[in-house]
Amino acid sequence: MVEKIIAENLVITFDSKPILKNINLTIRAGEIFAIIGPAHSGKTTFLRAINRLIENTPGFVRTGSLLLDKRDVRQWDVDTLRRKVGLIFATPIPLPGTIFDNVAYGPRLKGIRNLRTLAEIVERSLRAAFLWDEVKDRLFSSALRLSGGQQQRLCIARTLAVDPEVVMMDEPCSGLDPISTAQIEQALRELKKDYTFILVTNNVKQAARISDRTAFFLGGELVELGPTTSIFTAPKDKRTDDYVSGRIG
Amino acid sequence: MISRPLITQRLTWLILALLTFFTLSILFFILGYITARGARVITPEFLFSLPERMGKEGGILPMIVATLYIAILALVVATPLGVGTAVYLSEYTRESFLTRIIRFGADALAGVPSIIFGLFGFILFVIRLRMGWSILAGSLTLAVMILPTIIRTSEEAIRAIPDQLREVSYSLGGTKSQTITRVVLPNALPGIVTGVILGLGRCVAETAAVIFTAGSSLRIPKSVLEPGRTMAVHFYILAREGLSMERAYGSAFLLILSILFINALAYILLFRFTRRLR
Repeated sequence: MVEKIIAENLVITFDSKPILKNINLTIRAGEIFAIIGPAHSGKTTFLRAINRLIENTPGFVRTGSLLLDKRDVRQWDVDTLRRKVGLIFATPIPLPGTIFDNVAYGPRLKGIRNLRTLAEIVERSLRAAFLWDEVKDRLFSSALRLSGGQQQRLCIARTLAVDPEVVMMDEPCSGLDPISTAQIEQALRELKKDYTFILVTNNVKQAARISDRTAFFLGGELVELGPTTSIFTAPKDKRTDDYVSGRIG
Repeated sequence: MISRPLITQRLTWLILALLTFFTLSILFFILGYITARGARVITPEFLFSLPERMGKEGGILPMIVATLYIAILALVVATPLGVGTAVYLSEYTRESFLTRIIRFGADALAGVPSIIFGLFGFILFVIRLRMGWSILAGSLTLAVMILPTIIRTSEEAIRAIPDQLREVSYSLGGTKSQTITRVVLPNALPGIVTGVILGLGRCVAETAAVIFTAGSSLRIPKSVLEPGRTMAVHFYILAREGLSMERAYGSAFLLILSILFINALAYILLFRFTRRLR
């Protein structure tokens, strides 16, 4: 079992207010790791600490260690780190431009210019995100004309196009209808064999449906972590029980 | 029985429509008046020949050349400076004393009357830097004059780009400069172009700032170090010296036509560019 991401005594404050309080956890390669918890429990900050997006906002201070492949994320070259650890946002955010340009954005940043190579990457990524069949005839029309669910799968394809090892998703289905959500969950199950997923979700049922292990965050603390089935059927902590059974939310 | 809210509604509509009509009618009166007096002066001969007897007769070819020359050179100088400053202000600095000083300076500069710029350009470029009355001195003066407009409109356009788009670029491994050149600037382009067009319009229409710096020579400027007379200056001199009101209106009409043409062209180009993004 390869340990992909390790947080040890991870503390993050924003303007001296604690956001994450002493988080210790390990995410294994090839699993779908769900993080559940109500709003303001630090789930998103945890993701943004891993790919160092928090560094763009003045006010965040991080202590403790946060390792990707046994090396602190701060020691990675930031652009390499972000290519290894992709992030899908809560609302689909296509870049203004064509479907093709969206998927080719990351590869182009790396300096890939050859159109044939780009086209191969675009097709492979769109197929992996289960979007290819719906858009193959209109790759050069605007990405903004896709439906919400299609846009989110486009964002997944765009992230896959830079060959990440870990894909983080920040409530990727929060704005989507059940059918689009099912399509995205289907894509996740298929992609699981090649990637490690961190899935932050408000939707407890979604975590139960697709994740291997689940962590419950509350007010910046890691309350409980374990195999998803035991979190949902036999939680050890009263607060976890209350949350997954819907008594608090 | 008509209800009171409905009466208020209709009355408001009527008042607003009248106000709009009033504003538009002033515009159309001015355009119509100048067109009526100036359009018949415009002939191929007027456009493509040299002026004679101080502009009383002949054409305005040198003024067309000088106007184009000065306006384009001013934009070439002011656009990179202005857009660069806007990028620096919005992407590379946090709100601080320095950025407030720069912004305040730009705003103050935008409110300075153009004749002050003319005087400044005369002292600095014409005299001190020994450029003499020249296309170069004129366009540098205009560049300084339109810089605040370009900075502020570009800055607004850049700030209007949602942060989420930048984060998408960063999270795909983009560096700051890649994010700016590939996401921020292309999407801010419509706003930036609007600022540049506003600047161009002011350059083409300016008299006070150029009369001091580019001179009012009637010859076609052959290099940037030669003086020239722009269409607006030509119009001013023709009218003030009472040389030929007919030809003055001709120049004015051409000036308005060219500004319309520039605006239309810019928006067409912009539309073709942004259609790809939509």
